Amino acid sequence: MFRRALAASAAVTALTLALTGCVAKADLAQAIAVDITDDTCAVATPTASAGAVTFALENHGTDANEFEILADDKLRIVGEKENVTPGQAVQFVAQLEPGTYYTACKFQQVGAPIGLAEFTVTGEASAVSADEQALADQAVEQYVDYVRSQVAELVPAVEAFAAAYAAGDDATARSLFASTRVPYERIEPTAEAFGDLDPQIDFREVDAVADGLEWTGFHRIEKDLWPPAAGELNSDGQDALAGWAPSTPEQRQQFADELVADVTQLHDLVTADDFAVSLADISNGAIALLDEVAAGKITGEEDWWSGGDLSDIAANVQGAGVAFGAVRALAESKGDDGEELATEIDTQFTALEQALAAYGSLEAGFTDYAELTAADTKALSDQVNALAEPLSQLTHTVLGVAEPES
Amino acid sequence: MSRRGLLGLLGAGAAGAAVGAASATGITMAATSAMAGTGSGGGAASAYPFFGAHQAGIVTPAQDRLHFAAFDVASTLDRTGLIELLTEWTDAAARLTQGLEVEEGGAVGGSDYAPPADTGEALGLPASGLTITFGFGPGLFTDASGADRFGLAARRPAALESLPRFQGDALQPERSGGDLCIQACADDPQVAVHAIRNLSRIAFGRATLRWSQLGFGRTSSTSTAQATPRNLFGFKDGTANLKAEDGSALDDHVWVQSADGPAWLAGGSFLVARRIRMIIENWDRVQLGEQEQLVGRSKGEGAPLSGGTEFTEPDFEATGATGTPLIDTKAHVRLAHHSSNGGARMLRRGYNFVDGNDELGRLDAGLFFLSYQRSPEQFIAVQRSLAADGLNEYLKHVGSAIFAVPAGVREGEYVGQALFA
Repeated sequence: MFRRALAASAAVTALTLALTGCVAKADLAQAIAVDITDDTCAVATPTASAGAVTFALENHGTDANEFEILADDKLRIVGEKENVTPGQAVQFVAQLEPGTYYTACKFQQVGAPIGLAEFTVTGEASAVSADEQALADQAVEQYVDYVRSQVAELVPAVEAFAAAYAAGDDATARSLFASTRVPYERIEPTAEAFGDLDPQIDFREVDAVADGLEWTGFHRIEKDLWPPAAGELNSDGQDALAGWAPSTPEQRQQFADELVADVTQLHDLVTADDFAVSLADISNGAIALLDEVAAGKITGEEDWWSGGDLSDIAANVQGAGVAFGAVRALAESKGDDGEELATEIDTQFTALEQALAAYGSLEAGFTDYAELTAADTKALSDQVNALAEPLSQLTHTVLGVAEPES
Repeated sequence: MSRRGLLGLLGAGAAGAAVGAASATGITMAATSAMAGTGSGGGAASAYPFFGAHQAGIVTPAQDRLHFAAFDVASTLDRTGLIELLTEWTDAAARLTQGLEVEEGGAVGGSDYAPPADTGEALGLPASGLTITFGFGPGLFTDASGADRFGLAARRPAALESLPRFQGDALQPERSGGDLCIQACADDPQVAVHAIRNLSRIAFGRATLRWSQLGFGRTSSTSTAQATPRNLFGFKDGTANLKAEDGSALDDHVWVQSADGPAWLAGGSFLVARRIRMIIENWDRVQLGEQEQLVGRSKGEGAPLSGGTEFTEPDFEATGATGTPLIDTKAHVRLAHHSSNGGARMLRRGYNFVDGNDELGRLDAGLFFLSYQRSPEQFIAVQRSLAADGLNEYLKHVGSAIFAVPAGVREGEYVGQALFA
């Protein structure tokens, strides 16, 4: 399944191409200086004219860094220059259409973006060359970048969360649980493509028991952090205390280490040179993320003990939005039907975002799922369905062929 | 939607469907005793014998409609009372399956000052292929507290115990288990409901409904004379099912043999019932090609993706141009196939259901799975294999029960009499 932020996807209709490579000397004169340190990312000029925009990067820090240009959802990467080493000065060119972007750096190429700053591109949109291969390549490139950026955020977040849990600092661990899961939930279908990793990271107790697997990962830790009282039931109606006991300190360390190891392995896999996604992976991932919401989360079964389902849902929806945004230009290149579909998906993404916003935000946190009424969950479910229907047409439109890719 | 409302809808549709099916296939009504168990008929007016070597309703060509009921026996019931109940049920079932009232003149022939013995809604309706099949749950032998209330504990078939937990289980106690069961199948839903209603009424004070399930649209054919129907995923279901014509395969896979033990169950079978909710809203958003990959068959013809037509044996070794299997490693047809399960086969007899909708506005729909097998191990093997089934993403098992179905009834006996001998 996949990822992407809705609000952003609606706004960014411009085709953006990230280019790196040789730069003519004439361009260097207009290059925008970017002063990179370990904890800053200073872009000299926060505006540029549409077209090829050149950035002159210089890393004054102590370790490798990365420069990114994000869409206005602050999630989708429209251009990036990786592995800028200490002391290195390098030029980077991005093809930018008019709109709002954000610039940021990523120290050691992992973790959350540093020095996030708005960057405005003005002027006329360039004539879009609807060369499909270029659009397809761009979609895949954007999406791969996005997956990598999310996993890069995930690793340090999990490390902090796991450390608090292992140390018995339950209050801190509880406060980190929902936010730590966000980058994972945005790209969950990618992890699901790697066999055992998703079960190890994200299996719910009822599934692990039924599969006869050792139960590990986020939800194992969740139950320790929000332990059930006597008489409470699991989501499948079974006694929550049957076959379960609070983890010992040794077990806590073990589960913490395993979770860190698993997300680290995920990071290794998605940053490997041979990591690839297809167009169908991206568009199918968008609908798969919505199905995740519709199948389990909208019923509150995912985060049974913490009640953090709304945060997972918001992250899934963002992920779906990013995936849609990556292939959107391709869909729109398919004529009126494609444009209508994209417009409809935009409308429904916006409506779903607004519906979720009534309960909080990823930054500020969401209402405990248990506090939602039946009418609340039905309204959310209805809006998920309203979005999922047009979204399920996306792959057909993007691929533009009668036979699905297998 | 209330049950009453649902019944009304089903009733209206069913009568037309049954008539239509009969005329379309040119099946004429044949109420001969020779059809017992192996008949190829099935029109709206046909009647199957109640008495025979095996209970009817197993290899009988699957009727279009189902009303299945599971009962708990009353805490006050004793062995004598249980035998009396089974005797009265037997007598009533023998009549009902022949299109008769629960007793002579039961509906309107009695006293003006007494409630009618028969509830009356089947007056004027033919037998409609009604079969009534009885089964005994584990609780009849030993109750939840371990008590042997009927002196039957020593006779419990060793394999008759609650099923193990499977992937996708979200079992609801109120939809699971039961000490006794009655499967009523007919081509007219009103006839099936009439049977369960009157048998439940007979049991008042001795056994009470624990759960019941209506089914429309059989999802398996149990005779080669029947076309393969479709489940609510829109796919043909039951192509590779065991069928009445399979002869010795039925002895191998369906009927408990004398050597299997216990002796009283010889000629009977084990019945597994599973209420499988389908998340059809999500399924309906799956691309056709992916749907077919998940099932392993084409949606139109029902042919295996390895090629051929519906009844071509799937070739699980066949690979495509890229070297990947034509039938995916997680395809339902592969994992459910007897070649993947040590040869385990079952006679499936499931029905589609739609019980209104849930609180999220999703149809409460799915497959009410029924399978008959010589040993529960056959079902367990297949269900464990299906843990990897790609379809699981769209399925949730919410009800589960197992019953020992005794052999057929001889005239003058009651169902399961050998158990009490």
